Amino acid sequence: MDELFGIPLPALAGQLTLGLINGAFYAMLSLGLTVIFGMLRLINFTHGAQFTLGAFGAWMAMQYLHIPYWGALILVPVVVAALGILTERILLRRVYQMDELFQLLLTFGLALIAEGMLSVAYGSSGLPYDNPMPGGMDLGFMFLPYYRAWIVTASILACFGTWFAIERTRLGAYLRAATEKPQLVRTFGINVPRMITLTYGFGVALAALAGVLAAPMDQVKPAMGSALIITVFAVVVIGGMGSILGSVVTGFALGILEALTKVYYPPASSVVIFLIMTIVILFKPVGLFGRQA
Amino acid sequence: MPKMSDTPSLALRVRDLHGYYGPSHVLHGMAFDVPTGEVVTLLGRNGAGKTTTMRAIIGLLHQRTGSIRLNGKETIHLQPEMIAPLGVAYCPEERGIFASLSVEENLMLPPILNPDGLSLNEVLAHFPRLAERAKSPGTKLSGGEQQMLAIARILRTGARFLLLDEPTEGLAPVIVEHIGKVLRELKQRGYTILLVEQNLEFAMTVADRHHVVEHGQIVDSFTNDELLSDTDQLQIYLGV
Repeated sequence: MDELFGIPLPALAGQLTLGLINGAFYAMLSLGLTVIFGMLRLINFTHGAQFTLGAFGAWMAMQYLHIPYWGALILVPVVVAALGILTERILLRRVYQMDELFQLLLTFGLALIAEGMLSVAYGSSGLPYDNPMPGGMDLGFMFLPYYRAWIVTASILACFGTWFAIERTRLGAYLRAATEKPQLVRTFGINVPRMITLTYGFGVALAALAGVLAAPMDQVKPAMGSALIITVFAVVVIGGMGSILGSVVTGFALGILEALTKVYYPPASSVVIFLIMTIVILFKPVGLFGRQA
Repeated sequence: MPKMSDTPSLALRVRDLHGYYGPSHVLHGMAFDVPTGEVVTLLGRNGAGKTTTMRAIIGLLHQRTGSIRLNGKETIHLQPEMIAPLGVAYCPEERGIFASLSVEENLMLPPILNPDGLSLNEVLAHFPRLAERAKSPGTKLSGGEQQMLAIARILRTGARFLLLDEPTEGLAPVIVEHIGKVLRELKQRGYTILLVEQNLEFAMTVADRHHVVEHGQIVDSFTNDELLSDTDQLQIYLGV
């Protein structure tokens, strides 16, 4: 048994690992979007840029402050989240009551500004970031680099932690309640406007964490977020906005599906997610895990 | 220490309260008192402004002017999350049970703001059905159970002044009777209650005082004893 449907097992396993890694990023990013959307009713088009800021943050922390990868993994999401909180306080707050088009223009415009500034400062060709976990292990049927295993582990931990915090803790109960009836929750003495700000910060932190994880995978480039976020929006549409578990499961599943397509019918691999998105929109517009609004 | 301008025994003092929903002027100078330890009702036809008055007191009606004092403290400019800690809790007409929370999570949701509330065991002793349904989603309960849950969850918070908007609406007589019993027990424990009610018969079994609301104003007031001897004038106001 060293092939499956005509594909050598090592090649298949290699592609599946890549699929899992892509899925890990899809899951974290769509989870952040979903958490933000649930509380703010705002589609955060700045999400891709916040992912990029996470990667650049890791690079800058190394370059200017000599903070190693593991320090950046904690520090950078906190700093980028603080920027997000400032953005929410100063700008986003003003468009909650407006038409969604204005929310799109504002958050998309912020993304373009951030990306443009990074291009001006650092060019668009990309900066190197050293792999903090070189080497790997031989599993017999394939070679698994340690850092790839770490990305998948970290993503699962972050997603599980988020799910647990929202579905199983008291703070999460406040969050779910405020998503349903924010005004009533305020009458219990809970400061919902502050919760909205912190939720946005948390969603942004998830994007930045994904960015730090991505930095050693490839070059750190200003366009890395916008390239990824288009697929992530398709993932969110397929999974259904607002479902925590749905966005995680859909993220990983679509990453793997994309990899399988690459193995069995390569020409379709770049469109398979969008094809599924089209089918889902046609037959279940709220998404696979979405609830009727 | 600032000079106390109110009699300290007033849980609520409303003066010249005006309220607006966008361009429409809904409350036209409401003025009434709720003495500490009493059960007071707001009676009146649909659309008279009773619910709007409740929403103004708890801070959910943002466009409001005039004076609302809770235990002597002016709240007309306060946000809802600043009003709750003054010891007031609100049970809305639509009950406000959260679908994404279990019965237990709904019950435990409002934070305890004051230590002298009912303990969880005391709350469940009043509403034993809620313990049996603890793990169900909140909105899977029957209407009567949802109403009990909506009242139960604000009893834990330590609020001593309860705003209850039509707690008996659409409920079976046996549940109305049960809620009446709980309200009388709360009164005996010194709770103050402002009640919006359509069910006059029920209101007269629990209340000390009644205010009649018409077109966003208080047009008349009765003590419960006055009503017990003669409801004719009130019936005219209510148009029954």
